[in-house]
Amino acid sequence: MRSFTYLRVDQIDAAINGSSAPGSKYLAGGTNLLDLMKGYVEQPERIVDINRLPLAQVLELPDGGVRIGALVRNSDAANHPLIRERYPLLSQAFLAGASPQLRNMASVGGNLMQRTRCFYFYDTAFAACNKRVPGTGCAAREGFNRIHAIFGASERCVATHPSDMAVALAALDAVVEVRGPTGTRRIPIGEFHRLPGTTPERDTNLQPRELIIAVDLPRSRFAAHSHYLKIRDRASYAFALVSVAAALDQPGGSVRDVRIVLGGVAHKPWRVDKAEREIVGRRLNEASISAAARASVEAAQPLRDNAFKVELARRAVAQALRNAGGIT
Amino acid sequence: MSEAGIGRPIDRVDGALKVTGRAQFAAEFAPSGLAYAVVVQSSVPSGRFRVDTSEARRRPGVLAVLSYENAPALPQKGRAAINPPAGRTLSLLQDDAIHYNGEPIGVVVAETFEQAVDAATAVVVSYSKTAAQLDFEKAKSSAYRPEKLTRGPADLSWGDVDAGLRETEARIDRIYTTPMEHHNPMEPHATIAQWEGDRLTLHDATQGVSGVRQTVAKIFGISADNVRVIDPFVGGGFGCKGSAWSHVVLAAMAAKEVGRPVKLVLSRPQMFGPVGGRPQTEQRIVLGARRDGRLTLVRHDVISHTSFMEDFAEPSSQPTRALYACPNGATTQRLVQLNVGVPTFQRAPGESTGTFATECAMDELAYELGIDPLELRLRNYAEVEPSSGKQWSSKRLRECYRVAAERFGWSRRNPKPRSMRDGRSLIGWGMGTATYPAHRMPASASAHLLRDGTAIVRSGTQDLGTGTYTVMTQIAAETLGLPVERVRFELGDTAFPAAPVSGGSMTAASVGPAVQNACSALREKIIAFAIRDTASPLRGIDAREVAIENGWILSRRGKPRREPLSAFAARQTETLEAAGEAKPDKEEEQFASRSFGAVFAEVRIDEQTGVLRVLRIVATYSVGRLMNAKTALSQLQGGIVWGVSQALFEQSVLDTRYGRFVNGNLAEYHVPVNADIQKIDVTFIDENDTVFNPLGARGIGEIGITAVAAVLANAAYHATGNRVRDLPITLDKLM
Repeated sequence: MRSFTYLRVDQIDAAINGSSAPGSKYLAGGTNLLDLMKGYVEQPERIVDINRLPLAQVLELPDGGVRIGALVRNSDAANHPLIRERYPLLSQAFLAGASPQLRNMASVGGNLMQRTRCFYFYDTAFAACNKRVPGTGCAAREGFNRIHAIFGASERCVATHPSDMAVALAALDAVVEVRGPTGTRRIPIGEFHRLPGTTPERDTNLQPRELIIAVDLPRSRFAAHSHYLKIRDRASYAFALVSVAAALDQPGGSVRDVRIVLGGVAHKPWRVDKAEREIVGRRLNEASISAAARASVEAAQPLRDNAFKVELARRAVAQALRNAGGIT
Repeated sequence: MSEAGIGRPIDRVDGALKVTGRAQFAAEFAPSGLAYAVVVQSSVPSGRFRVDTSEARRRPGVLAVLSYENAPALPQKGRAAINPPAGRTLSLLQDDAIHYNGEPIGVVVAETFEQAVDAATAVVVSYSKTAAQLDFEKAKSSAYRPEKLTRGPADLSWGDVDAGLRETEARIDRIYTTPMEHHNPMEPHATIAQWEGDRLTLHDATQGVSGVRQTVAKIFGISADNVRVIDPFVGGGFGCKGSAWSHVVLAAMAAKEVGRPVKLVLSRPQMFGPVGGRPQTEQRIVLGARRDGRLTLVRHDVISHTSFMEDFAEPSSQPTRALYACPNGATTQRLVQLNVGVPTFQRAPGESTGTFATECAMDELAYELGIDPLELRLRNYAEVEPSSGKQWSSKRLRECYRVAAERFGWSRRNPKPRSMRDGRSLIGWGMGTATYPAHRMPASASAHLLRDGTAIVRSGTQDLGTGTYTVMTQIAAETLGLPVERVRFELGDTAFPAAPVSGGSMTAASVGPAVQNACSALREKIIAFAIRDTASPLRGIDAREVAIENGWILSRRGKPRREPLSAFAARQTETLEAAGEAKPDKEEEQFASRSFGAVFAEVRIDEQTGVLRVLRIVATYSVGRLMNAKTALSQLQGGIVWGVSQALFEQSVLDTRYGRFVNGNLAEYHVPVNADIQKIDVTFIDENDTVFNPLGARGIGEIGITAVAAVLANAAYHATGNRVRDLPITLDKLM
């Protein structure tokens, strides 16, 4: 990896000040950043190690919601009683990701910031990657794109976001609190990650030097009926080909509220409002499930090698809804 | 019979060393003054290049940057040792030609590993590219016949296929394909090279210290006596460490250049290309049969890829030449050249890919005929090797079928596809025949009785993690009449008596008899000394009446007389030693020797998503005499796990625009994780193949992987009605 300067901080303000040098990167668990640095994909000039910041707590919020500090490790978040009781969907998503060793290191903030697993992004011997080096092209679009996006991609980039956690957060209406040189702001999860458009080098809407402080989860009515379904090429330690976070609020038999969010299919967690509208106000049954599943994939634009993902996503949405609704 | 007992399931003698981190692997030696080398690779598949190393040389800690511009000229441009399997066509910085993406084109040496890596990124390479051939499909039209296979001719026919066709009442004609794969042992390739004058010592991660010595000596034009290769522990090989690849020579070249010991360890991505891999295959199989299931003809036509640098043919037609009784057969092997690295042997070369085709085809024929797949195999049981007519040295496959079928419960199978369910999931049962040929090569060993009464036995063989240390210790202990704790077996050093490459499942059958002979000779020497030893209670007894048992030297007849071997040894003024050799004899060659097994599996497939889980695999093997029942079980279970991997996960995906593997790392090149592996039930048929060799062992390193991919494909067909003929069987092919 390229040589860098290293700064360790124990105050949030010091972290933000410390990142003023050009080419600075925050380091949390390092489970993705260090790999990318070893591969010369990321070449930060300064590392600001934030692991000592007081951001590793899971707190109950007055409205019945929960705040997860940015430095809470994935395994701690997954197994926290508040998360398991109130947001089992999120706990499932955490546990579907990576391996126990990685989850023990990876932070919640870092999970949001992880980069795509696109083959062509990871290997600098492939010259064409707009995400890695803007303007060089996209080797994946006409390359081996079995794992790539079927929604929301652009001519410049067909990468997907690899997080499981973020898919569940999108279903749970999470809000990301960030702090930068000009103060604190709150970003709804749906606006946190970007579609690639003409600037695929930008994964998120974070401004330079902004630091994730926490992820807030509002009080949820989905705890009783939710399911995270992850479909991958092996039983564990593989990224999703397609994942679905399905969450239902069905107090009296008919569905009052629902979330359907797909993972592994777009540059960000892909919430399908249109599919949700097929279910709200109806009873969950094979007819409504089938309508929602069809609607989920209407906008799909597959590439050469990933057409199977469209049908897989349709079936996965149906299966996740059945599982969430307890239909066997 | 001593405690040692050949075959007993004793723990690995090197187990404690390994789990406590004291076993020293090639990269873990630390000669003083060690410098670090990294390989610079091409990033285009074909053409010529120029290199600017000026910036790299200025980087901190850099000791040397070698490329074709300044590398020492080698005799015959580095081609002096091309003699597969040990000596391959290498990339040794002798010219500016590029044959594949990832080819070594330079070496950077620095004070630290990090400095070497950093400087390697500063080497500026400019390419003049030429058109590359990368598409297997397109290259097929120019397929050609290789001169020969590693063993046997490229094309082999018997009987009269056309005559067979006239008797055929049912026929299947199918194409099966398998992808490129890479071995990826846990331990990457690693070499430490150290020159003292014109003497070279290599610590090298290898399956064959002797082969590395011969190859490197020839390449540098020095005597093999001046090269010593040491490798006491190998972290897996599977074929890729069976040859001396470019980095071994480059490490030695770099060490000479900087006048210091140099360590060169390949990174995981560097394991995809410069050190071999399993060739891609396309296999056409034609089976003809009568209505009663008896085969009338079999054709197996194989196309596999090789490099432009060297011919290597994946001998996938081998199983067809040996597996089922059929009077008329024709097998062919063809090659297509691609701009990729030289492919090589990968665990069960030929049989791993070949049995995918043969065992799927037999399943398809069984459905065509409406005959149970197991019954079809029994009706075509080969009492002799079909292609040669030779008798088997020993074969107990029929019992394998019976035992495994019973343990699995095969008789309860409803043959109809999609007939077995578990809720929303489909259940499938499949079976097939595993096989791998038995070979042995000349080997030698030495045995020494130390004055403390313990023995050291040595052979220049290797332990790839298979249990060589353990089984050779058992063979030596039993032959010497010592408890196993009193024998130390040493290997992995060219200073020891020579032994063949640890490949082809032949170490037990090759080295075992040599160890046995050396230890027999030492035992006879001990007895001869003892009966002449005035201080021995055995003095004057006929040598034929003296034995060594469990550490005691004793008389077998007459008045009981004995003393501890340690007491005898303590009186000796010098170490007693003996040598032993073993090699195949002519008589053996009159027989065909091959191991077999019967493999059954149950899979569960989610009907909606195509997700496949292997619920259980039941397998019974006929592999000759076991040297250690515990390590044998591990070998077969591990082989089956790799079979699951071949079936469901593994493929090196070549981007045919760039000639580069897109998933060249262990995150994206999938192998099974623990969660993918459930019940594996392995049993053995009691067997002792003393026609093949005096120890009765046939070798167990490779057969485990064979047939498994077909068995799972057959089970997937039974579950879904969907026949997948292209590996790996990913969920999109089953949806």
